[in-house]
Amino acid sequence: MSNPYDMGAIDIAWCPGCGNYGILNMVKSSLSELEIKPEELIMVSGIGQAAKIPHYLKTNFFNGLHGRALPAATGIKAANPGLTVIAESGDGDMYGEGGNHFIHTLRRNPDITNLVHNNMVYGLTKGQASPTSQPGFKTPVQVEGVSEEPFNPLAVAIALDAPFVARIFMGDKEQSKEIIKQAIKHQGYALVDIFQPCVSFNKVNTYQWFKENTYYLEESYDPADRQAAFQRALESEKIPLGIFYRHESRPTFESTLSAYREDKTPLSRRKADFNKLEELLDSKK
Amino acid sequence: MPTFDRELSLTLGGEAGQGIQTIEYLLSHLLKTAGYHIYATKEYMSRVRGGSNSTTLRVGEKSIAAPCDRIDLLIPLDKAAITHVQNRISPKTLILGDKSRLGEDFPLIDVPLEKLAGQAGSGIMANTVAAALVCGLMELDAGLLNQFLSSYFAGKGAEIIRQNLAAAALGLEWGAKIARQEQIKIAIKPTPEVKNQILLNGAEAIALGAVAGGCNFVSAYPMSPSTGVFTTLAQNAEKFGLVVEQAEDEISAVNMALGAWYAGARALVPTSGGGFALMVEGISLAGMLETPLVISLGQRPGPATGLPTRTEQADLEFALYGGHGEFPRIILAPGNLQEAFLLTARAFDMADRFQTPVIILSDQYLVDAYYNTEKPDLASGEPENHFIKTRADYQRYQLTENGISPRGIPGFGEGLVCVDSDEHDEAAHITEDLDIRSRMVEKRLKKQELIKETALQPTLLGKAGSQNLIIAWGSTYQVVKEALEILSLKDTAFLHFSQLHPLPATTAGLLAKARQLVIIENNATSQFGKLLQLETGIKIENRILKYNGLPFTVEEITEHLKILWEGGLE
Ligand SMILES: Cc1ncc(C[n+]2csc(CCOP(=O)(O)OP(=O)(O)O)c2C)c(N)n1
Ligand code: SF4
Repeated sequence: MSNPYDMGAIDIAWCPGCGNYGILNMVKSSLSELEIKPEELIMVSGIGQAAKIPHYLKTNFFNGLHGRALPAATGIKAANPGLTVIAESGDGDMYGEGGNHFIHTLRRNPDITNLVHNNMVYGLTKGQASPTSQPGFKTPVQVEGVSEEPFNPLAVAIALDAPFVARIFMGDKEQSKEIIKQAIKHQGYALVDIFQPCVSFNKVNTYQWFKENTYYLEESYDPADRQAAFQRALESEKIPLGIFYRHESRPTFESTLSAYREDKTPLSRRKADFNKLEELLDSKK
Repeated sequence: MPTFDRELSLTLGGEAGQGIQTIEYLLSHLLKTAGYHIYATKEYMSRVRGGSNSTTLRVGEKSIAAPCDRIDLLIPLDKAAITHVQNRISPKTLILGDKSRLGEDFPLIDVPLEKLAGQAGSGIMANTVAAALVCGLMELDAGLLNQFLSSYFAGKGAEIIRQNLAAAALGLEWGAKIARQEQIKIAIKPTPEVKNQILLNGAEAIALGAVAGGCNFVSAYPMSPSTGVFTTLAQNAEKFGLVVEQAEDEISAVNMALGAWYAGARALVPTSGGGFALMVEGISLAGMLETPLVISLGQRPGPATGLPTRTEQADLEFALYGGHGEFPRIILAPGNLQEAFLLTARAFDMADRFQTPVIILSDQYLVDAYYNTEKPDLASGEPENHFIKTRADYQRYQLTENGISPRGIPGFGEGLVCVDSDEHDEAAHITEDLDIRSRMVEKRLKKQELIKETALQPTLLGKAGSQNLIIAWGSTYQVVKEALEILSLKDTAFLHFSQLHPLPATTAGLLAKARQLVIIENNATSQFGKLLQLETGIKIENRILKYNGLPFTVEEITEHLKILWEGGLE
């Protein structure tokens, strides 16, 4: 079956063997399996290797600035809540440069899906540490190895009561794709942190390393339990994969806007109400 | 006998928290309702309690829209209020106030404001007594005052209304008594035309102008003095169906706005210099994406946090050059409340049509100034969107003759709408083809020529071709206008710019005709003068500059021009 998101033969700027290819394929098949029309999907990204992904999908896209995918995605969703909006970028983009927006987007809870390629390194700028790099990780800048505590996106997201929090490894195609699909279908902000090997600059966190150091949350695990979710997000000996936390109790940002209380029309199709404006001006007499 | 027949300048002063803002609001609205031309401007410190703040109200028979130094009546609520405005007090200034609080250092007419308020129920109503005192001096109708107070305090319950009415009655009586005893005569006549005019401040004018321009999305991070624009829109969000969001910072605010425009909304970002500093990357992004954007930049003195509650016109160069790379932009600077409304509305059309950022430069003085003005004409009609319905083969950055690629929005039509911050080809895909790069640069810059053709002409007051030419921009328009009305200088004209960039092609010609030029700016380095020199080659040697944080007053401009062009005086 042909995939409507397929670009055909294009030049892709990723290194051979990079984990980004697997993510691209998973996202592509998730979207077509969910039967989302490319005209109604917006891929929003920042800057980095991962952030090039919209160029490799046949859909609308907004490829903005480093770290700013989430505010732009929020603006798009709030201007037209009928669109499906995915914000997809790297860990440096989302958690580093965009850290403040990450926190506040979670608080705001727009109905967007946030896919983060977590390769624990800065790819595009050739191998500096990222906020998720493991302690001891050596780079041309972190010459003695990373000394900072790594950023824990899942724990932060659960602390902020994000309504959908998951982690996947791109190497496990089927499970990962199912989780991405659930994240897209979820009403409200959904975080999927995606382990992705960078074959050029991260010689520590390789395919093999991710395989050996991850495992899936057990079948009996209840993602509604926030305390448990938080605890599992702190595990570091072996890293759990799966849906950590999930609930439907928070209203989405768009649904709280008075602009859409009675009228669901996207802003592009609204007209300024000149009668009301005349009235308001007259009240100043 | 002190008589005020054409105009009265009344200054009220006190600490923050003493209710000066309430008196300003009550008196300006009440006197406007009573049919007087009214103008109010305030200056205040960056603190919530204490300090020393003042408001000057001008009441007249003709329209007034500029600050003056002269004080006819001063009502200080504390002692510091007198010293605070000491250099504006003349032998003719009448001071009315509580002798027990203000002491004997200044000659004053004793009015026990607090005691009277206490008699009515509580000393905190001293501000109501003060407002009523002015009404009493002016022999205003008690019914009007009572009606006004009742609706003003409506939300606070019957007891508060009753007490304030009692306080007002006492203030009114004292006012009338003083007028009789001291033989103060305020003989300003109300004018019928005022009834049909509206009273608003610059922040409201900008906010409502935005609505008139079809604005339906506002994202901002609060910063004085732009907060008034933001709150006015927030308070009317439900009425007009606006999306209003307080972002986590200005970076987010501008990126949200760009996302919103991309998806077909018309977004406004109100801010001040410090916030604009954070938005610079977003401005540059708008330039590359060719996404429309409207920013309302309320200037305050800098650098950095500067004087948070004061005024200045010193961010022109920043607005002009903020953002890396080369791309067109538009800078507008309204000269009065009418223009604040109309230019803001127009900004949305320009941004949409030319797909480029438009920056509206106002300042603390303009956004906080209140006066009555004609209701803006909405006859130009409801704004039209300039985006198109896309076809399947749509390309966002199609190379066109005039540089404008038809703008589609996602979900409207069969096409895909793609935008990119990297250099891109016509389909918005990242490219390092350097030939395409050149063509894209040219395409973006071509729009600048189109924009220039539609640039707003400066307003000329006086005869074209006059020997002496005064140049100013933005919020100084009214003060220069009033000074000129007072002076009646020979062979002198005033050229006011409300579009600063791109400048209309006529600019050089207009400047070249004059023999003597003087530029008036609320900054220290004559930023607009430098821009004019860059664009026209004409250097303006005479500069009247003010940068202490306050706006120009009519007297200052008058004095400066007198010294400069004494010989030109009739
Ligand atoms: C404001 C800004 N700062 C820095 C850069 C340079 N830069 C480009 S991508 C990047 C890091 C990307 O890392 P990540 O998001 O982890 O993506 P990856 O390349 O690893 O996929 C940086 C620092 C930039 N483009 N803009
Ligand atoms: S640098 Fe790393 S992340 Fe980037 S494409 Fe190459 S392997 Fe992938």
